[in-house]
This record gives sequence, C-alpha cells and structure tokens, in this order.
Amino acid sequence: MAKRAEKGTLKKVLRYIRRYWFFVGLSVVLAAVSVAGTLYIPILTGGAVDLILGPGQVDFPAIGKILGRIGFMIALAALAQWLMSVINNRVTYRVVRDIRNEAFRHLQELPLGYLDGHPTGEIVSRVIADVDQFADGLLMGFTQLFTGVITILGTLGFMLSVNGAITLVVLLVTPVSLVVAAFIAKSTYSMFRLQSQVRGEQTAFVEEMVGNQKVVQAFGREAQAQARFGEMNERLRQCSLRAIFFSSITNPSTRFVNSLVYTGVGVAGALAVIGGGLTVGQLSCFLSYANQYTKPFNEISGVVTELQNALACAARVFELMEEEPQLPDGPDAVSLGEARGRVRVEDVSFSYKPGQRLIEGFSLDVKPGQRIALVGPTGCGKTTVINLLMRFYDVNGGSIQIDGHDLRQLTRKSLRRNFGMVLQDTWLKRGTVRENIAYGRPDATLEEVVEAAKAAHAHSFIRRLPQGYDTVIGEEAGGLSQGQKQLLCIARVMLSLPPMLILDEATSSIDTRTEHRIQRAFAKMMRGRTSFIVAHRLSTIRDADVILVMRDGHIIEQGSHRELLEKGGFYAELYESQFAAT
Amino acid sequence: MKKLLIYLKEYRKECVLGPLFKLLEASFELLVPLVMAAVIDTGIQNADRGYVVRMCLVLVALGVVGLGCSLTAQFFAAKASVGFAAKLRAALFGRIQSLSYADLDREGTSTMITRMTSDINQVQNGMNLTLRLLLRSPFVVFGAMAMAFTIDWKAALIFVAVIPLLSLVVFGVMLWTMPRYKQVQAGLDQVLSAARENLTGVRVVRAFGREEAEIEGFEAQNNALTHLQVFVGKVSALMNPVTYIIVNLGAVALIWAGALRVDAGLITQGAVVALLNYMSQILVELVKLANLIINITKALACANRVAAVLDLTPSLASPAQGRAGGGGAVEFDHVSLTYPGAGAPSLTDITFTARPGDVIGVIGGTGSGKTSLVNLIPRFYEATEGRVLAGGADVRDWPLDKLRRQVGVAPQKAVLFQGTIRENLLWGNENADSAALWKALETAQAKDFVEQKPKGLEEPVEQGGRNFSGGQRQRLTIARALVRRPEILILDDSASALDLATDARLRQALRSLDYRPTVFIVSQRASSIRHADQIIVLEDGAAVGIGTHEALLESCQVYREIYESQFEKGGGEHGQKG
Repeated sequence: MAKRAEKGTLKKVLRYIRRYWFFVGLSVVLAAVSVAGTLYIPILTGGAVDLILGPGQVDFPAIGKILGRIGFMIALAALAQWLMSVINNRVTYRVVRDIRNEAFRHLQELPLGYLDGHPTGEIVSRVIADVDQFADGLLMGFTQLFTGVITILGTLGFMLSVNGAITLVVLLVTPVSLVVAAFIAKSTYSMFRLQSQVRGEQTAFVEEMVGNQKVVQAFGREAQAQARFGEMNERLRQCSLRAIFFSSITNPSTRFVNSLVYTGVGVAGALAVIGGGLTVGQLSCFLSYANQYTKPFNEISGVVTELQNALACAARVFELMEEEPQLPDGPDAVSLGEARGRVRVEDVSFSYKPGQRLIEGFSLDVKPGQRIALVGPTGCGKTTVINLLMRFYDVNGGSIQIDGHDLRQLTRKSLRRNFGMVLQDTWLKRGTVRENIAYGRPDATLEEVVEAAKAAHAHSFIRRLPQGYDTVIGEEAGGLSQGQKQLLCIARVMLSLPPMLILDEATSSIDTRTEHRIQRAFAKMMRGRTSFIVAHRLSTIRDADVILVMRDGHIIEQGSHRELLEKGGFYAELYESQFAAT
Repeated sequence: MKKLLIYLKEYRKECVLGPLFKLLEASFELLVPLVMAAVIDTGIQNADRGYVVRMCLVLVALGVVGLGCSLTAQFFAAKASVGFAAKLRAALFGRIQSLSYADLDREGTSTMITRMTSDINQVQNGMNLTLRLLLRSPFVVFGAMAMAFTIDWKAALIFVAVIPLLSLVVFGVMLWTMPRYKQVQAGLDQVLSAARENLTGVRVVRAFGREEAEIEGFEAQNNALTHLQVFVGKVSALMNPVTYIIVNLGAVALIWAGALRVDAGLITQGAVVALLNYMSQILVELVKLANLIINITKALACANRVAAVLDLTPSLASPAQGRAGGGGAVEFDHVSLTYPGAGAPSLTDITFTARPGDVIGVIGGTGSGKTSLVNLIPRFYEATEGRVLAGGADVRDWPLDKLRRQVGVAPQKAVLFQGTIRENLLWGNENADSAALWKALETAQAKDFVEQKPKGLEEPVEQGGRNFSGGQRQRLTIARALVRRPEILILDDSASALDLATDARLRQALRSLDYRPTVFIVSQRASSIRHADQIIVLEDGAAVGIGTHEALLESCQVYREIYESQFEKGGGEHGQKG
C-alpha cells in the first residue's frame, strides 16, 4: 500500500521535473564524465608509480606524459562536477518554486470549509517546510544518486579490467559495512522515536509554561513548573544519551569495515604482486578504489532514506494540491454590477457538518437600505450568516438572492465586491498603511486614501506614526493597538464603500471614545446601504429593521425590537437582563 | 559562552577522555599508510608472503583498537554533551521562571521558547561534535603532514604548499556562503509569513477579490528566493571541484618529486604510495573540518543566545526580610509607573484607597493604563514613584509569594493549560476540594457549561484551552482566580467576551460571595463598572476622575463621554429604571 502511494507521488514529482528534462539528461551525462575522470585518475597514478621502480629505473618522459593526461582528466572531471552541481541546483529549486507557486495558487481556490477545518500552521508547514525538505532530498538525490550509482558501476568495471580476483575480495567484504549500517539504523530507530516523543512532550510543556509565564507567576507556580520540567528533562537526557551514542556507533563501525576491505585488498594485492599477477602501481590504484568504493554505498543508502522522506513530504503537499477546489463560477455566471441591496433568503438550510442540523427553514426579505442586527450570546454562530451572505460557504438547501439573482449564479468576485466587511478579527497585510487602506482599490490616490482614513477617524493617529501613511505595518511589525487596527480596517471599507455592509461591532478592543466616533462613521456608512450588523450595542439593535436572534448556531427568533419584546421570548429575556444588574 | 562551561563541570573527565580516545584512534589511522608502504617495500620486494600476511594482521589489529578507541570516545562525548544540554536546559528554565514581567516584556516569550528548545539542541549537537571531531581533523591533517616529513622531507614540502591552499578554498567558500545561507533562510521565512498571512486573512482577501494580487505577490517573493538559492548554490558548488583539482595537482607534484627522489635512490616506491595516501587523507579531513566548523559556528551562535538569557538578572526580587500585611485594603499613594525603555510614563500620580470588600471599577480607553494600574497590586511591575500598599503593607515589603497568594487575577488574555478543568482550577489553590471548585465555577457563571461536559471537572483541556470558546475560557480563568478565595480579586477586562447578561450575572454573583474580597474590575464597558463603590477613570495614565457613577457623571467629562457613547441618552434612562 505504502509502496504504491510512494510510486504515485514519484510520478507526480516526475511530472514537475519533466519540464526540465534537458537539464536532467545533461546532468546525468556530466555525472558520468566526472565519475569516469575520477576513476581513471587512480589508474593513471598507478601507471606512473609503476614507472618509479628504483634508483636509475625511472622513466621520466613516460611519467611526464602520464602526468599530462592526469592534469587533463582533473580539469575535465572538476568542470563536469561543477556544471552538474549547478544544473542540479537550478533544476531542484525551479521544481520547488513551481510546486510552491502552484500550491499557493491552489490555496486561493480552496473552499473556506477546508481552510477553516485545518489549522493554518499545518497548511503553511505543508507549503513551506515540507516543500523545503523535499528540495533538500531532491537535490541530494540528484547529486548523489547519479554519481553514486555510476561510481559503483564504474569502479567495478575498472577493477575488473585490472584484476578479477581482487575485485572479488572487494565485492565480498563491502556488503558487510552496509549490513552493519543498516542494522544500527534499524536498532536505533526506536530510540530516536522515543527521543523525539519525549522532546515533543517537553517542547509542548515549555511552550505552554514559558509562553504563559506571566500566568505561571501570577499563581506562584514556578516551583511546580520547574519540578515537572526537571522530571521530563531527566527522561530526555537518558533517552537522548542512548539514541545519540548508539547512532554514533555507525561511523566508527563502517570505518572499521572499510579498513577491513582495505586490508583485504592489501593482502590479496600484495600476494598477487608477489605472484606476478599485478604491479605495485595497480595495487596502489586498487587501494584507492577500496578507499572510495564503500563511500557511494553509504551515500546511496543515505540518499534512499532522504528520498523516501522527501517523497513523504511531497505527498503531503500534493495532498493539499489535490484537495477539491471550490466550485468554479459557472460559465453563465452573471457579474453583479452595483447592487440595489435587496436580499432575499428563502427557506435556507445549512450546516458545517453533514448530519448536524444548524440552520433550517431560514427566510428573510431585506429591502434596500434596511438594517439587520444579529444578536445572541457569544459563540452563537453569528458568523455563519456572514459566511453564507459572502458565499464563503454554499447553502445546503433553499436560496439566497441579491437583487433577484441567486448567489450561485453570480461570479464570486462581483458578489463580494458589493459587500463591505469589517470583522472583529482585524487582519492587515504586511505593507504600508496606505497599501492597507487601498487594499480593495489599489489604484486609489493618496487623497482618496486620506479621505477614507479621515472618515474612519484614523487620520489623526496615522499622521503620528513614524512615516505617516508610508509606515510599514503587518503581522510582526506590530506597534498598532487593536483599536487602531480596527480603524484601519474600517478605513479600508470606507475607501470602496460598496452598496451592502457586513459589520461586526467589536466592542471589546476599541478605545471607548474612539468607538463613539466610529459609531458615527458606521452610521454615516450605513445610510442608504443594506447592512448586516453583528450587534452588541443596544441602540444599534433597537434601530434595526429586523433582528435575528441566534443561539447555538440556530436562528431562534426574528422580527423588530417591538415584536420581539411583545413575544416575550429569548430576546426579551436577553434584553431585560442587560440592564437588570445591580 | 564561557559562562555556559560551568554546566560542563560535572563532565570534566568525559571532556578530556573523549577527545583523547579520538586522537588515539586517529593516530592508529595515520599508521596505516606506513604499514602499507612496508608491505610494498619489504614484503613485495623480498617476495615474503609471511611478512605480507603478518603486516595485514597488524592492519586488522590497528582497525580493532581504533574501533575500540572511537567507541569509547563517542560514548564519553555523548554523555558529556547530553548531560551538559540537560543541565543547561534546567538552568535556563529556572532563570526564565525568575524573570519579572518587565524582563519578559523586553525579551519576549517566543524567543525564550526557541532558546529553550531548538537553540539548546543545536548547542548539544555542537558540543558533541566538538568533543568528537574538533581536535581530530586538524590532528589528522597535521599528522599526515608530519608523517610525510618522516618519509621524506623534501617531497613533504608539497604538503606545506597544498594544505594552506586547500584551507583557503574550503574556508573561503564557507565564509562566503555562510552569511548567504542566512539570507536564504530569511527569504524562506518571508515566503512562509506571506503564506501564513494569506491564510489568516483569507476572508478579507476573498471579500476584496484580491486572490490574483496575492498570488502575484507570493510568486515574486518565491522567485526571489529561488534566484538567491541558485546563486548561492553555484558558488558553494565550487568547493568540491576546486579542492579536487588542488589535491590531485598535489598528487601529480608528489609523483614527479617522488620519481626524482626514487631515481636518486633516496626513497622507495612504497614510500611514494604512502605519500599519495596521506595526500588523500588530508582532503577528506579538511572537508570534514569545514562542515564541522559550520556546525560549531551555528552552535556557538545558539550558545550565545542561551547565555544572554542566563546572564539576565531578574529585575525584581522578593525582599530578604519580608513583612506581610493582611486583609484586602489597597492603597495607591502618588504612584507613577514608567516602563523601562518607554519615553512617557504609563501611570502618573495615582492616589486612591480601596477599603476591604470594596468593588473598584477601572475604566478608560485602550492604552490609558488600566492594566498597568492593577498589575502593580500583586507587584507584577514595580512602581517607579510612590507606594502601593496591599493589606496595609508596602508591596515591596511583602514576601513575593505571600503577596501573590493573597491576590486572585483573571488576566486579560484568558489562558488555560493542558490537563483537565480540575487541574486548571487547582492552580488557584492546590488543596481545594470539588465542592470549592464547583462553588467557584458557579460564581464565575461557568457551572452550566462545565456540568454539560461529559466528564465534568475531569473534562480534558487542550493546549491553550482551544476546545473552549473565548467566553468559556474567560469564565474558567475567573473561576481559577476565585478558587483561592483571594483577599483581592482582579478581573482585568476578563469578561469582554461575555454577553451583557452573563456579565451582569457574574457581577451579581461576586457581590453575594460568602467572603468579601476587594474586587477590581477593569473594563471598557460602562455597564460593567457603573455599580462599583469607586470608579477610577483613566486617560493617558492619569486618573481624571475617581468616584461613584453618579458623581462622575456630574464631574467627569471623560466618563460622561464614555458612558454616553455606550448608552445613548434614551437607552441610559431606560437602563436606570431597570
């Protein structure tokens, strides 16, 4: 099963490599050239040594000729080797670039349901870390697999051409080193797994404690934390010691086996020389082969594990890239122009997980310019409604229409362009303040940007930033308070001011006085625009044309403030309790 | 770095024995070409088969002894480096535990975590490699040269030329590429953060229909990374071919010189073969050395980062001879606070007194100093001017652990820890029984949802409490603070994710506890604090108003604005009736 999956992944990888087939072919040829040169040189050297027999028995002109040939081979092999590395580099990084670009492109088309359901860190790690690992493996594979295989074959050929019997000695002893290496790797595997498990446990603990160090201190839990850490630390020390020691046996052991090969060749060779079947030069050539013959084997076994690992990483990326994208816009999808803002919801049913009932029989008729307030306790699923309106998710049944068009018959882009959205989760892009405000309309002039910032009451604080509108902000740049970020998000919508709005009245993070001004900005924005507001403020709720009361994901009541109060249901209770506190 | 070595003290014996055995092994390795030369010169010349076999047994013996030495060396190195890393980790963890809030703000907790984990792992690897190989490679290089000199000093002069040349190339390429690889890493990080940013903002990206622009931006960054990688790769690919050229040219020179010397009858044929062998040994070791140095440099950088944390002296300490107070009274006496490195004070001249059992509301805009104010009570930070008194004693006189046991805090960021609900609540008080826990949960308005969990108190809490909603987490942190039945309870904007009704019920429950802690409620919501005994209105770190709701409505402009922005005139009237 696993083998087949590996094969499938390999096929996909090859598809990406195929674009660079010419370079790959060239790389193989160059590898052959460089290996041939590398292997030929010991023979030449051996030949030269044979010409140095003793005092008065040195053939200088012949040695000179051989040395000239060696020089040529050196240059050839070195050049081929360098070109090969350069080409391998280039192919690898281009393949990786292609995969990464394509993966990112695919991310833009994945349904929100997938992205919401998978932790961001995990997806990012597939696109970045896994691809990076894959690159390492691929590069190593390219460089060492070709040369390794060619070296082994070449060495065998050369050795056979010189002396069959001694070749046999090499052939017989070499596998021992492989067996030893494999045996050690196998028996240390479980030790390494244990080590990484304990290490993972400790890392999680450190992240938790140090990440929340302030809480640890507030509750005076330093000693307990230290004690638990110490216990894990000791366990880690013990299993690390085992893993590291036993794995570090590999090198000395294979070195030992190599020295056995060397000795074997020495004995057999020296005896052969005495017997007259071999020259001293050929013996020295054999010795140098014996020295390097085991190397490609070790390398190849390393490459194979590395390649397996690389394929596993590639498989994770491909899995992401093969994830079903969202339904593309239909061929006859209409582009919605400037909407009037009539929204009809007809008998809509929706749930995130099949079988789990959430919204059912939801109907609503919103006339252009009306305000809809979404009300309910925290976590009651108010964002679900937003998800459906923006078509981040598709309804399971029924339909939502805007100006008489079913959402599914509109292009997503044109639909979303008609909504201005300010969420509680303030996302800003890494870039300047100006770029962020102009996010929805990158061609806006500076005047327009400033205008929007003024309307959102963001102008005054932006002006005080070190570089004003050109100050770089973003994830890491920080420096902005939550409230200021919120203001920028509002400015962003202010700039394009679409015909319909989705607003989350985020009360918890904004400066109360600024909030007052934002309230006014919101009011200005909402005038004449169909607005859906996740409402916290009494005044917003009371002024709404329709209130949707939500609880546990369901819409449980809907109507105007008065109607709902008269009904005496959940809303009425919520409303009363709000001011009943003493 | 030197300071870290004290953690190696216990392993002094291993640190000497490890490299020593490694050198022994290397010495045996250096003897091999000499034995081979003897085989050629004596065994083959005299056609002495017995001698050949004997010499080869010597080679095997050398191999066995070498193996024994190197295994011993590996063991000592592993033991010392792993033990060193463990000690270092424990010391670092302990140091982090002792840092004050101000220290943590300055250093940042996320870098602390990297230092605790990957940095120390690197240090461990580096230490292991250092003990095993740092002496070995130069020893073999110079040993090979020395052996060459014992064979024939004139021919050995070629080594004197080749070694520096090789070192120049190996270390030159290394020095050039190392900073470039850092750039590559930085480029990779950028691509990574571009991807992360895109994913976290996916709703906004799609709402504004900017997918194509995002793709363009990503591809530009990714392509730039690829260019850099290819460029660096080109240069670092030079290392192997160039060293190859140098070593083989050295061999060519050796053959020529050897030919001359043999011709003159000064050395033997076997000696030439031995010289050639030493030459190839040198190359192998130099490349190893270069890799080793890269690793050790990395490890040193990590070690310095670790040492930097160990060097921190906690900026806040418990007094040697403490004097604890008692009761829930809190008094601020002309208190000012300026954070280290900050230009402007975060609190200026705050004076107020809270009697035991009072409810104190703290309100003001973001950055007005609300959290700073309450953080002074358990002495998370040190007031730069004035005095903070808790339970009648200056907080600086209190033994720190006693003071903090007196105070229950529900911080702004609702953090829970992996474990069970019970384990989390026990943070407040290790000895609390189930009844006490349920009582705290009830007060914190968390009883309902905990009861609904299949396992109740034993319900598992995932890391960061992510299997609970924001509001649930907040209520659990409040319960955790209540479990210790504190004299002083601080709720630092910890009801922000609760809806107004739950918030109201929570405040009511706090009023009807069977003990009367002094409660500080920090909030942005006027409704949360309007019924407090005293409300402190902060603006830019100054108390612009202190008093009851009614008094402040009369006298404090800032408070009135806040209040009216949340309860527009009509709503406010309605509210007062209820």
